[in-house]
Amino acid sequence: MTNAPLYDLECIRLSKSFGALRAVDDVSFDIPSGSFFSILGPSGCGKTTLMRMIAGFEEPSGGDIRIKGNSVLGTPPNRRNVKMVFQHLALFPMMNVYENIAYGLRCNGMAGAEIERRVRDVLDRIALPDVAGREIHQLSGGQKQRIAIARCMVLDPDVLLLDEPLGALDLKLREAMKIELKLLQHQFDTTFIYITHDQSEALVMSDRVAVMNEGRFEQIGTPQDLYHRPDTAFVAGFVGDSNRWSGRVRSSDATGGRAETAQGLEIVFMSSAGQVPADGTNVEIFVRPEFIHTTRKSAAKDDAAAADNRMDGVVDSLLFNGANSRVLVRSANGELIEADVTLTGKDDLAPGEEVSLSWSSAQAMCFASGKTG
Amino acid sequence: MLNKDFKRLVLILLFAPFALWISLLIILPHIGMVALSLREKVAPRVYEFSFANYLDFINEPIYWNTLLRTGSMSLLVTALALLIGFPIAYYIAKLAGNRTRGALFLLCLVPLWVSDLIRAFGWILLLRETGVVSSVLQWSGLVQGPVELLYNDVTVIVGLVYTVMLFMIVPLVSTLDGMDNAMIEAGYNLGGNGFTVLRRIIVPYAMPGIVAGCIVVFMLTAGSYLTPILLGGKNSSWFTEQIYNQFITRFNWEAGAAFGMLLLLFTSIVIWLGLKLSGQTLSNTIAKS
Repeated sequence: MTNAPLYDLECIRLSKSFGALRAVDDVSFDIPSGSFFSILGPSGCGKTTLMRMIAGFEEPSGGDIRIKGNSVLGTPPNRRNVKMVFQHLALFPMMNVYENIAYGLRCNGMAGAEIERRVRDVLDRIALPDVAGREIHQLSGGQKQRIAIARCMVLDPDVLLLDEPLGALDLKLREAMKIELKLLQHQFDTTFIYITHDQSEALVMSDRVAVMNEGRFEQIGTPQDLYHRPDTAFVAGFVGDSNRWSGRVRSSDATGGRAETAQGLEIVFMSSAGQVPADGTNVEIFVRPEFIHTTRKSAAKDDAAAADNRMDGVVDSLLFNGANSRVLVRSANGELIEADVTLTGKDDLAPGEEVSLSWSSAQAMCFASGKTG
Repeated sequence: MLNKDFKRLVLILLFAPFALWISLLIILPHIGMVALSLREKVAPRVYEFSFANYLDFINEPIYWNTLLRTGSMSLLVTALALLIGFPIAYYIAKLAGNRTRGALFLLCLVPLWVSDLIRAFGWILLLRETGVVSSVLQWSGLVQGPVELLYNDVTVIVGLVYTVMLFMIVPLVSTLDGMDNAMIEAGYNLGGNGFTVLRRIIVPYAMPGIVAGCIVVFMLTAGSYLTPILLGGKNSSWFTEQIYNQFITRFNWEAGAAFGMLLLLFTSIVIWLGLKLSGQTLSNTIAKS
């Protein structure tokens, strides 16, 4: 237990069942103090249940939750020093901004002058010093967001839970709030646990991310780890975009192997996550669009040496999206492959052109299929 | 151009029944009542303008005592209906599952399928000297002789609370239904205990529904006639009974009209005070539920 105080939150073999459904299944993790931790997963994967257990709204079926080293099982929600920003914020519409923030302090029985000082202080820290007297419906979406965070942070929680609070905002504001949340977390230096199904929110803001699927954690790691070194096919498919092939291993050795897809395409891969599927196993292979180089067939094939996977095809369509533009290439086997391209506006690829695609085997992530069902 | 005229015609046609109802059955009779109440019979078939009816009311303590008694008992009925109705409404809106919610709501509605009169007779059947309750008490040996449970204030209040309960529950359920459960959870999460959450979050949120329910219930109770007369008998001294007596028994329409206006004035003042005290307005209470 020497390292216990290092962790703001520890979950040990936590599980929760609703009847026959196991919403959270044997989940263990710990979160170091002052970090931004995200739980990323598709809807219905159990992430909200997990959060509600940490906040105390659900009683776990098994396992333990420790906050600052002390178990909080059986502690009612109002006695836990874990505060929560709800999905729709749940600001109290019948109170103004000041009263919303003061509510928690009043519940703690704090004196009026001290409440006043703390509310002013937290409003300064979220850079909204003048809104104390406003009603909730007079605030903009981003301001509401910050008030909801301030309402929790004024209580100095050990852990702040955020349940997809950016979901209701429009795209531009969401992008701005991502950065703002990260800054607020640095400023308050409190552990944030952020729940989301939006991978870009999780990747941009987090120190560490847990990918959750069907009640279990598939992988916990830094955003870079999850993206470049996924442990499972689910993580590879869920985090970031990928071209995905199902195939069967033709031959393999310690460092990698060669697989043939159902459509008859041969792909060279390197071992990923420390495991090499044996010959004949069914596998899923993922290649990210940005690692696929697209060159005109007529152009010089100078980069062919570095890439051990090659394929020819015809440009089917261009998906223009500024810096994130893609090209859809139809291969000789008839499947569509996505690849990132840089479109300069001059002499770009056009639909119908013959191109050749190439990528390094190091970028072909291979997982035995059936592992994730 | 034609289109615009057509739209206006549709509007007039749609509005006509309401306008007719309001003007013929509400406004016109009330103007008539005011006019009636402001004249005095000086000789057979000879009337003149005077405030005599209103002065009578002030000079005769039994009249204004009855009005005050009606008002205070109506307030008591309203408070009881709120105290009993709020937990029921909270259960229906927040705790019951989707299917039970409909069933419970229907159960609340069932008494309305039976007429007021029949329901009052139901109470009489239960509570009279030879009624069900009295018989059961005698049979079980708890009392010796027959007991008369009718014709006292408690019975009148119980009967009235029972009659108006639904009108309290419906607006409460509809406001509580609109409340996000996350708001209650946020109340706990930020450190509030059950009482704080009720006092600082649930009740303020439900205030429009509470006020709407109270207004309807108070009006219905103060203006009710059947239940106080049947359950309270001669002892009930309900103000509506005074109005009835003036009109029908004593054939003194002038005094009856004056009493009617006084009851309207009195209930309006009480409701105005209630709105002022609770910081609500008619438009965000009655109009919303």
